[in-house]
Amino acid sequence: MEIFDIFLLETVLNGVLFGGVLALLALGLNLIFGVIDVVWICYAELMMIGMYTVFYLTKTFGWNLFAAFAAAIVIVSVLGVLLHVLVIRPVLDSEPINQLLVTGGMLTFMQAAATLAFGIEFRNVGVSMPSLVLGEISLPWSRISAALTALVAMVLLWLFLKKTYLGTAIRAISQDRGIMPLVGVSPARIYLTTSAIGGALAGLGACLLVLQYDVHPAIGLSFGPLTFMVCVLGGLGNMLGGFIAAFIFAQLISIGGFYFHIEWGYVMAFAFFIVMMFVRPQGILGGKS
Amino acid sequence: MIGRNWIIATALLACVPLAVSSLYILHVLITLLIWAFIYTGWSLMGRFGLVSFGHGAFMGIGAYVVTLLWNLQGISPWIGIPLGMLLAVAVAVLIGYPCFRFRITGHYFALVTLALTEVVRSIIIALRDTTGGSLGITPASALKDGATWSLTALQCSDKRVFFYAALVCWLVGIWIWQRIDQSMMRHAMQAISQEEDAAASVGVNVTRAKLTITVISAAMTAFGGALYGQYQQYINPETVASLGVSLQMVFAVIAGGMFVKLGPTVGAVFTLLLTEGLRVGIGNQINSLDSTIYGLMLVLFIIYMPDGILGKLMEKRRAGPRAA
Repeated sequence: MEIFDIFLLETVLNGVLFGGVLALLALGLNLIFGVIDVVWICYAELMMIGMYTVFYLTKTFGWNLFAAFAAAIVIVSVLGVLLHVLVIRPVLDSEPINQLLVTGGMLTFMQAAATLAFGIEFRNVGVSMPSLVLGEISLPWSRISAALTALVAMVLLWLFLKKTYLGTAIRAISQDRGIMPLVGVSPARIYLTTSAIGGALAGLGACLLVLQYDVHPAIGLSFGPLTFMVCVLGGLGNMLGGFIAAFIFAQLISIGGFYFHIEWGYVMAFAFFIVMMFVRPQGILGGKS
Repeated sequence: MIGRNWIIATALLACVPLAVSSLYILHVLITLLIWAFIYTGWSLMGRFGLVSFGHGAFMGIGAYVVTLLWNLQGISPWIGIPLGMLLAVAVAVLIGYPCFRFRITGHYFALVTLALTEVVRSIIIALRDTTGGSLGITPASALKDGATWSLTALQCSDKRVFFYAALVCWLVGIWIWQRIDQSMMRHAMQAISQEEDAAASVGVNVTRAKLTITVISAAMTAFGGALYGQYQQYINPETVASLGVSLQMVFAVIAGGMFVKLGPTVGAVFTLLLTEGLRVGIGNQINSLDSTIYGLMLVLFIIYMPDGILGKLMEKRRAGPRAA
């Protein structure tokens, strides 16, 4: 019985760390969701491109890992801006569901284009990090650093939104889109900035994921659906709610996978999402709208 | 209700197997008709603003229930297909009723149905000992000792039989679309899709109208999935029960035209011509080129031609308000 509990504890701790990663992934999407009111269904595909960037820069061009990280963040951020300008902006005024569908089209496009360009092989950057060993529990450093980075990024984003002029403008626009032009804030510029930040966060997510997972064109499908369900469950645009939802999801998957099989963990997480949508459609921490 | 043009067109289609001996063309046509039927089923909801990503789940349920019952219990698809449809309908009600009752619409409805697809796909993969997991499953063949067909197993080596089955199925699909289009429910659903509260205030039972349309749509999709499985004799979670399939349905219907009767069929023709054209033109080795083009075109269609090919053409011809 004793040893059993240790494994369970390790599972729970791993779930906490996985939750940190999920929370980071949800952070950028949540920001875009809250400000532009658009779901980037292809968010995880942006991450996939970031992961390939890191892979090729380090493996093929011999870049330093951290330089490659910086490049990936910049590139994905630019992609976020391009996505907004080329794809989102033309449909901003059409029916909301069209915005969901165009990014769905981008998902198919990016995944297939990546298959064309990079092939279907699983690729690994080959950076192996040791594990933190506490007694009989071992936790991979790649997960710990990812969770810590997620925490730091969330605090920084919060400070940015609360303390800077631009951040205040972003929060204001998410509350009332119509009134902001009257007080001299251009929504178009705010949208661009938000897309750039959202893209950069996807790039950061890519850097953390590339240490733990192999890159392949369909990796977005393993994280994408989870990520936007975390956002919705947390309450759209509600970052703290997203954080809590990320940890709930991660525990469901982790513990479900521990007792049964990892797919059952996903089944539990998605079923939980569906039920929660009926019980609290405004999200765990969302107010009544 | 069914005009002369329809009878002529159907008669011409029915003659195709007699005139064409190429198995390839017959195969393309069968696939086309099955998908056109499924897309028509999806468009029943889509045209009223109920954008579902959950149809991958319904199709998967239809295909897997039939194949599993046949392989494990030896239950004939004649019983398996209604059971599969029944299960899909039960799932549709289980998800649909709370969604409609609690007014979950738009983005949220799309995300809930997306979660449903993921649940079904994950369950199929998790039960890999019985379902074959990601590797897929093949219905046990009943064609032994030189038999070319088996009525109980709904298996047949002659493609012409499947062609007629698919043709009938597609015609029934179009007929269902038309029946709904001419019914009171269409007006109710149209009112709901524009302004739910206003529709409710004039006495439309919003939940019931939406649920009825969802049940019909889910049953059609499950039937289409079963037919697809019986024809292809192979199914796997990615081809019948994934987010990819759900997106494929959305794309084809939008490309063809969501608001017109033959829109989904035109969408099926369009996507299939694209896939097959690329395969013939470039070859099999570049297998994701078609998806790359699909994705890009889906984006372009939504931005520039949200009514789809047929919708646009009909609008041009009539130069009147769109037949929404």
